[in-house]
Amino acid sequence: MSDNRYTTLNLGPTHPATHGIFQNVLTLDGERIIDTEQTIGYIHRAFEKIAERRPYYQITTLTDRMNYCSSPINNIGWQMAVEKLLGVRTTKRVDYMRIIVMELARITDHLVCNSVIGVDSGALTGFVYVFQEREKVYEIYELLCGARLTTNVGRIGGFERDFTPEVIKKIYEFLDHLPKVLRQFEKLLLRNRIFMDRTINVGPISAERAVNYGFSGPNLRAAGVDYDVRVTSPYSSYDDFDFTIPVGSQGDTYDRFCVRQEEVWQSLKLIRNALDNLPEGKCFVDVPEFYLPPKEDVYSKMEALIWHFKIVMGEIGAPVGEIYHSVEAGNGELGFYLVSDGGRAPYRLHFRRPCFIYYQALPEMIRGGVLSDAILTMSSMNVIAGELDG
Amino acid sequence: MPNYIKVDPPEGYSSPGLFATTFGKVVGLARKNSIWPLPFATSCCGIEFMATMGAHYDLGRFGAERLSFSPRQADLLMVMGTIAKKMAPVLQQVYIQMAEPRWVIAVGACAASGGIFDTYSVLQGIDRIVPVDVYVPGCPPRPEQIIDGFMKVQELVGKESLRRRYSKEYKDLLESYGIK
Amino acid sequence: MDNTFITGKLKTRFPEGILSIDEQKDMLTIVVAREFIHEVIHFLKENESLGFTYLTTLCGIHYPDQELQLGVVYHMHRFSDNTRIRIKTFLPLGNPVVPTVTDLFSGANWMERETYDFYGILFEGHPNLKRILNVEYLDYFPMRKEYPLEDPTREDKDNRFFGR
Repeated sequence: MSDNRYTTLNLGPTHPATHGIFQNVLTLDGERIIDTEQTIGYIHRAFEKIAERRPYYQITTLTDRMNYCSSPINNIGWQMAVEKLLGVRTTKRVDYMRIIVMELARITDHLVCNSVIGVDSGALTGFVYVFQEREKVYEIYELLCGARLTTNVGRIGGFERDFTPEVIKKIYEFLDHLPKVLRQFEKLLLRNRIFMDRTINVGPISAERAVNYGFSGPNLRAAGVDYDVRVTSPYSSYDDFDFTIPVGSQGDTYDRFCVRQEEVWQSLKLIRNALDNLPEGKCFVDVPEFYLPPKEDVYSKMEALIWHFKIVMGEIGAPVGEIYHSVEAGNGELGFYLVSDGGRAPYRLHFRRPCFIYYQALPEMIRGGVLSDAILTMSSMNVIAGELDG
Repeated sequence: MPNYIKVDPPEGYSSPGLFATTFGKVVGLARKNSIWPLPFATSCCGIEFMATMGAHYDLGRFGAERLSFSPRQADLLMVMGTIAKKMAPVLQQVYIQMAEPRWVIAVGACAASGGIFDTYSVLQGIDRIVPVDVYVPGCPPRPEQIIDGFMKVQELVGKESLRRRYSKEYKDLLESYGIK
Repeated sequence: MDNTFITGKLKTRFPEGILSIDEQKDMLTIVVAREFIHEVIHFLKENESLGFTYLTTLCGIHYPDQELQLGVVYHMHRFSDNTRIRIKTFLPLGNPVVPTVTDLFSGANWMERETYDFYGILFEGHPNLKRILNVEYLDYFPMRKEYPLEDPTREDKDNRFFGR
């Protein structure tokens, strides 16, 4: 715009309030936002091209780094996609263990998002409380797979090691402890007059526009559409459990905050149900072409040695085919479109990243609002740069 | 448990009401315990940095309580996460805006050398565009490792000569990166 | 609703547009000629008995061995009874032009920009078709099969040690 009334403000790639690097060039009339132009790609790491080179079990490390706040969901989603291609069915024990790990990851993702909405509106205390709880989940992850953040948990066919009694004890302690912290966090923000004034009717989107844009996850549910991949196309035995899907009405920032908060409570319920009813059995199913045989068999049995050699040297290919599999990640429907031509690496792997798809609706959501509302809308949409650019 | 870290006084001659030492040591002591970092967090290492700033690991104990998001007021540029080629000019601009003395710490494998992303779109290490003082390996590094890297930067800050930033070697170093 | 209903309606409406139908995969997969792709997607979205109102994803694909090398793959979804459908269209390398679907689904805007960025497929009628993830001065389309993953100009990483 060459009109001198309007100011151009660069909410640049490096900005304390944009959590992640993406650029918004705003056209402002005073403080009102007239228009915005977005630039992304500042952390484009070419995941889809890398995936055409890596064998199937090495792509799990790539999926970690997409939505790094809840990496187990990405990992397990990828492993389920490969199992769908291979036609492998997992046992109930593996499914329940997967549910526990995925719901723990969902809790951490929602806790980060909600506390960061608090930080962006000036309330820093909730952030510090919540990060203390994330440390407890990190301890559980370390016992399961050895890493804190980029977990690479699970294998094609199940898990690499079973839940030890210490893991189960830690999860129960976490389940008993988190509700107290959550209630404290809610007392700070949920019915706080200032927070409500800052977030109600800020960044709204209607249900039709949200579906048209391809929203999914908490952002879509806050707009009023009850679409959750766990319920619509159940995977990993989610249909054995009884949990509710919170749905908002207006699609504004307050609805997104409340939907995520309620989803944390529902996840706690799910984890407790799954852990109480965890069936006995092995922590993996037999997928000899992809799951490394146990070391004592490799040293004693010929067949296991041959499989070990073939897997590590990468001489095994997947069957020819193409599938699409999706899971409910922290931000929405994370999809894997996998085309295999029989080789050891996929022919084409496309990640359907929820952040990328719903972030393009931001101009419509902030037009007409003021600058501080734009900051809150952006942080309430939970844009994670690793998933946005991929 | 005391909530402070005891710092040893530098070598010098002390007597009641008097402490004589070299100027550089005192300035180094003051600078190293009050570094203002600029967290340039791009990806997963940024989340580990947030955990480091949190209450459990608490980088604030080392004097880095006040984060500065403006490069003009920052001392230490902490680059955490993958830097793509699209982001490289932005990083260099941020570095140029920092006032001397300034230090750079590359946290994580991606900032140090490109990490697991040996692709056409990722810069293979930020030392191609800015001079780096400390590299912290890891993918992502544990908060203890980040604190260790920070303590190494503190050592460098404490021992740095006051004339270093005006010396010819430093100017040549910046010239080699194309920074005036 | 089963696949025969959908395929029946599509075949009656577009007798020459639907090039092939595959029901053996995990979801109904149809290949459409590129002139009809916009009408097919419009029909799938707007027709009340079909009602696929959600565009799940849109991506490109490159088969160097086929005659029509580049392809665009659309996945659509109907929430009410969890039916998914995959629609593919193939384009020649010399003229990779296909009509855009941003007028039907606003979410296709960035997805088409990403497909253009990676494969060079031109979407006719797109409001803002420029590169989205890569740098603007990149002069090739990196996801096509002939280009390598690594930066072609780097001198320091020795291929012998990196298993290439």
